[in-house]
Amino acid sequence: MESILPFAYIIIFPGFLFLAVYGLFLQWFDRKLCAVMQNRVGPPWFQPFADFTKLLAKEIIVPDAADSAMFRSLPFFAIAAVMTALISIPVGRSALFSFQGDMVAVIYLLTIPTVTFFLAGWSSTSPYSTVGAMRVLTQLFAYEVPLMLSLIGPAILAGTWNLTEIAAFFSAHPALILLQAPGLFAALVALQGKLERMPFDIPHAKNEIVGGQFTEYTGRLFGFFCLAVDMEMVVGAALINAVFMGGSLGTHGAAAIAVFLVKTLFIAFLLAVLKVLMARIRIEQMVNFCWKYLAPVAMAQIALDIFLKYKLG
Amino acid sequence: MSKITIPLGPQHPALKEPENFMLVLEGEQITGATVNLGYNHRGMEKVAESRTYIQNLYLIERVCGICSHSHTTTYITNVEELAKAEVPQRALAIRTLIAELERVHSHLLWLGVAGYEMGYETLFMYTWRDREQVLDCLELLSGNRVHYSINTIGGVRRDITAEQKAAVLKRIKYLEERTQYYIKIATQETTLLARTMNVAKLPPDIAVKYGAVGPTARASGIKIDVRKDEPYLIYDKLDFKMITHDTCDVFGRVVVRALELVESYKMINQILNNLPEGPIAVKIPMKLAPGEAVNHYEAPRGEDIHYLKSNGTDKPERLKVRAPTMANLQSVAYMMEGGWLADVPLAIAAIDPCMSCTDRAVVWDAKKGKKTTYAWEDLRKLGIEHYRKRGVDFTKL
Repeated sequence: MESILPFAYIIIFPGFLFLAVYGLFLQWFDRKLCAVMQNRVGPPWFQPFADFTKLLAKEIIVPDAADSAMFRSLPFFAIAAVMTALISIPVGRSALFSFQGDMVAVIYLLTIPTVTFFLAGWSSTSPYSTVGAMRVLTQLFAYEVPLMLSLIGPAILAGTWNLTEIAAFFSAHPALILLQAPGLFAALVALQGKLERMPFDIPHAKNEIVGGQFTEYTGRLFGFFCLAVDMEMVVGAALINAVFMGGSLGTHGAAAIAVFLVKTLFIAFLLAVLKVLMARIRIEQMVNFCWKYLAPVAMAQIALDIFLKYKLG
Repeated sequence: MSKITIPLGPQHPALKEPENFMLVLEGEQITGATVNLGYNHRGMEKVAESRTYIQNLYLIERVCGICSHSHTTTYITNVEELAKAEVPQRALAIRTLIAELERVHSHLLWLGVAGYEMGYETLFMYTWRDREQVLDCLELLSGNRVHYSINTIGGVRRDITAEQKAAVLKRIKYLEERTQYYIKIATQETTLLARTMNVAKLPPDIAVKYGAVGPTARASGIKIDVRKDEPYLIYDKLDFKMITHDTCDVFGRVVVRALELVESYKMINQILNNLPEGPIAVKIPMKLAPGEAVNHYEAPRGEDIHYLKSNGTDKPERLKVRAPTMANLQSVAYMMEGGWLADVPLAIAAIDPCMSCTDRAVVWDAKKGKKTTYAWEDLRKLGIEHYRKRGVDFTKL
């Protein structure tokens, strides 16, 4: 029994199966919310599952000029990195495997999918994918710094680099959660950029460069890339939940998981509102915005947290 | 950084109709652009020569899906001029009414497309939902949503009843409110401003040089509008302003179109409240005496010119259509150069292109520097040959 449990964690909960199902559900939730806000009907609940299943059955076409082995393996690298990141993020009361400094490891692991997107676009060699790949990298340098800076603030206040302990600290001091609002805002906007959603869906802006970095991807490989993006949404929401919203808020077992689901749905709702409200901006406007406005907000949060830490002793 | 060439079209998500733009990119910036046309040629001018004036009405309507009324009205004005017919005032008023409703439908559609091209899907969904109101008006008045077919030679096909008038006025009132909301969005929303301000600049002198017309020219501060310059139908009796803007960019084009919507609502109210009494059509002979006529018309996208030559039979000798997109397309290449790749879809969309109206076929002999056009029989032969090479023979069917 002891030897089966870790596999169950990895494959069923909170590993692959939970991530995949909840990721696809969040995709539907997001699409439905946007549809309602845009005065449309929106897809039925099983639409993402149907899309994914359909893609699994489709033919795979690898461009002649592409490196076949790399082209085929990239989607799985993306999924593996996202799944690994979740191991250290608390879904219930505590993470599966937490250690001092796991926050840095999670940030690092969440960068890997973006790098695979770049490699996917670059190795496809078509003009649209090449431009998309360049945009992926440019965008990475824009949002990554504000995202990291905004995560550092709460860590300083909690005095730990362990995500589970940060969550526990804020569960114990719920009043301090309110003081993290600027950092939370910066993190949400940066996460929107990381997930490449409107108004930051620049790397695959369909009106400009068709499918962007994924233009040449078809069938199963494309399906897994989409799944990786959906999973990234869950992991990103879970990360923000752990760092800014106090994780399980002191609850146990099933209640803790219910709290997790409610709060990630709320984060998905905020992200959907961001998506609906704005027009897509240009890549140079995005870089400007992230460095000029978002990074200073995140730094102000750090200053505030250092001050609070000093005051609280 | 090395240069790469990106094809935008003929098949591309940003384009609603096939056309092709070859863009030379340096990073994200465009250093060169060429426009290639001709993917949507249908030979309509040629076909028109083998049909009667009445039959042509339905052909000309299908030149464009959006300015269908514009093309038929210009064509019919030519026919009536050649027949020296006196069209009743009530018919002219109804034609003007449909023309303005068409402008409302076209500008709302454009606003949505512009939103879509800049990744603002909410604006797209909202404007297209409201556009349904004006399509309902058109359906109520003419029986059709897109190809209204309200025109007939010598007048209009349908009269307007008191109930229809009330229903249209009610919908226009709703649209007036919604348009105020869109004007607020277009002039205040931060990301929308960031995407439209100083994008696809077209200075007034360049606009004149390349012959831009319609809202594209008016957004560059040029006072050009056939409705004011040379009033046709009943525009001389209506009170409306010519809208111009001096920013010369996509923002100006958005503002011009949005404010023109307001002017159109004003005109629709005026026409419906002062509809002249009388018959709606007069009889016109099937055969027209030899002669030529040229007329122009302010379509939603700009000046539309039709030339018609009659030869004493019931079929035209020659029909020539100069759609507004033809005039505006020259300036697109200028607008794109030096800009960002992200602005290309918007620059193209900002002239509200309509390719199917524009494409023509001319055979150009580069060696001799001569151009020839195909006759209908030649085109037929060419088509049969083309399919025979691919193993299909239509002549045996």
